[in-house]
Amino acid sequence: MQGQTHDKYTLTFWEKLYIPEILKGMKLTLEQMLKKKETRLYPEEKWVPPPSYRGAPVLVLEEDGVERCVACGLCARVCPALAIEVQAAETADEKERYPERFEINMLRCIFCGFCEEVCPEEAIVMSPTYEMVFTKYEDALFGKDQLLTPAAQLRPRLEFLRAHR
Amino acid sequence: MEFIDILIIFIKILVMFAVVLVTVAELVYTERKISAWIQNRIGPNRVGWKGLLQPYADVIKLLMKEDIVPTAANRFIHTLAPIISIGVAFSTLAVVPIAGETITMFGRQVEMVIADVNIGILYILALTSMGVYGLTLSGWSSNNKYSLLGGLRSSAQMISYELSMGLSVIGVIMVTGSLQLTEVVAHQSGWMWNMVLQPIGFITFVVAAFAETNRTPFDLPEAEPELVGGYHTEYSSFKFALFFLAEYANMITASAVITTLYFGGWQVPYLELLELPTGLVVALQILAFMVKVAFMLFVFQWVRWTVPRFRYDQLMDLGWKVMLPIALLNVVITGVVILLLP
Repeated sequence: MQGQTHDKYTLTFWEKLYIPEILKGMKLTLEQMLKKKETRLYPEEKWVPPPSYRGAPVLVLEEDGVERCVACGLCARVCPALAIEVQAAETADEKERYPERFEINMLRCIFCGFCEEVCPEEAIVMSPTYEMVFTKYEDALFGKDQLLTPAAQLRPRLEFLRAHR
Repeated sequence: MEFIDILIIFIKILVMFAVVLVTVAELVYTERKISAWIQNRIGPNRVGWKGLLQPYADVIKLLMKEDIVPTAANRFIHTLAPIISIGVAFSTLAVVPIAGETITMFGRQVEMVIADVNIGILYILALTSMGVYGLTLSGWSSNNKYSLLGGLRSSAQMISYELSMGLSVIGVIMVTGSLQLTEVVAHQSGWMWNMVLQPIGFITFVVAAFAETNRTPFDLPEAEPELVGGYHTEYSSFKFALFFLAEYANMITASAVITTLYFGGWQVPYLELLELPTGLVVALQILAFMVKVAFMLFVFQWVRWTVPRFRYDQLMDLGWKVMLPIALLNVVITGVVILLLP
């Protein structure tokens, strides 16, 4: 078959001398050496996620100290990993229902954000938290006490949702 | 020879030993740092200030490991090989002068060289050739095909490059007219460094030195993708540490020899015009020597992370078909020039 073989590249005289080419390479590596490094020194220097980031899901706590959640159970229903468990109860508040127990198993959660998407009350949102370490199974079960987050802290995410959903 | 003379030599040896050991440790650090910088990484920065204590952590880890000798290995030679390597690597430094002036210690004039033998260059060439025994024996005694291949490669490579190394040194000897290293350095006063007088010899010597120290692009004896670990595949713990130490000590030796033969050793150009006190002159000369050696060490590491490894046939071609003729040519040119110049 003709045309299949490539012509062998013939080196020029200066390339055959090796040394100038090696010096060229060394110049290149020296330039790389002096470049600013982009590495982030993680534990000291933490990454601040943008509002579009889907971290650990949390429950929004209004300023008056009441959670937005009405315990409709849609999030638990939609959760593909079956990580959410909600137990509803009645309340004298205007919303009439509230979650007596709200538990997210963080070992099961896959951070898909379906719960946030399906929530009619904008009560469960994805927080920017990405550091979650557990040493015991029990520690990974986030109850209401760990999930409730003041709305002020979640402002960027809430605004992002309003703008893009 | 009185007791005090022996004591002075002993102190000199001890100081040299300590300096080389610390330098080896920090070389491991700079190697990792330079490789990191070239690859746009940061490198070790956790142990100690800016990671400076990293090599010590590495050494402690290494020494904690189990010392394994393969059952089929020749136990005696397997143990002897790293000792040869390290002994050769260290003893070469004995003839390298680190300063020109003498200082007074215990009422004696102390020269800044451990042993000022009159065949210093010959001694260096002889000992560096000995280094090949350590690698070859380690490869053979391990009873492992990869080790054996690494050992064989190292012997073939080192013998091939020894020739051009020796021939490039002949140029220096012809210029200086002496085999004594102190005289070689003394001859390179001012800017009359052998690097300027012997540019071809300098290049061939440096390339040969790279091959002698088994550094990339000539690190075929330990080419990881082909030979697992090369000659030290079957070594662990302290013996491996010794090989590691020998490799870096060889690098220091090579740099010191290159500095002495081509960079003018301890010479600081035009220092004698300032008429400084002797102590300061000695300190400056030692500093100059160390800076030159450090620069050469940096070049060693710089080249390692720049140039890829040669193929084995390319290595042999380069050694016999390129380096040897050039080194011979250098001898002829030097001879003609010396004959023509008054």
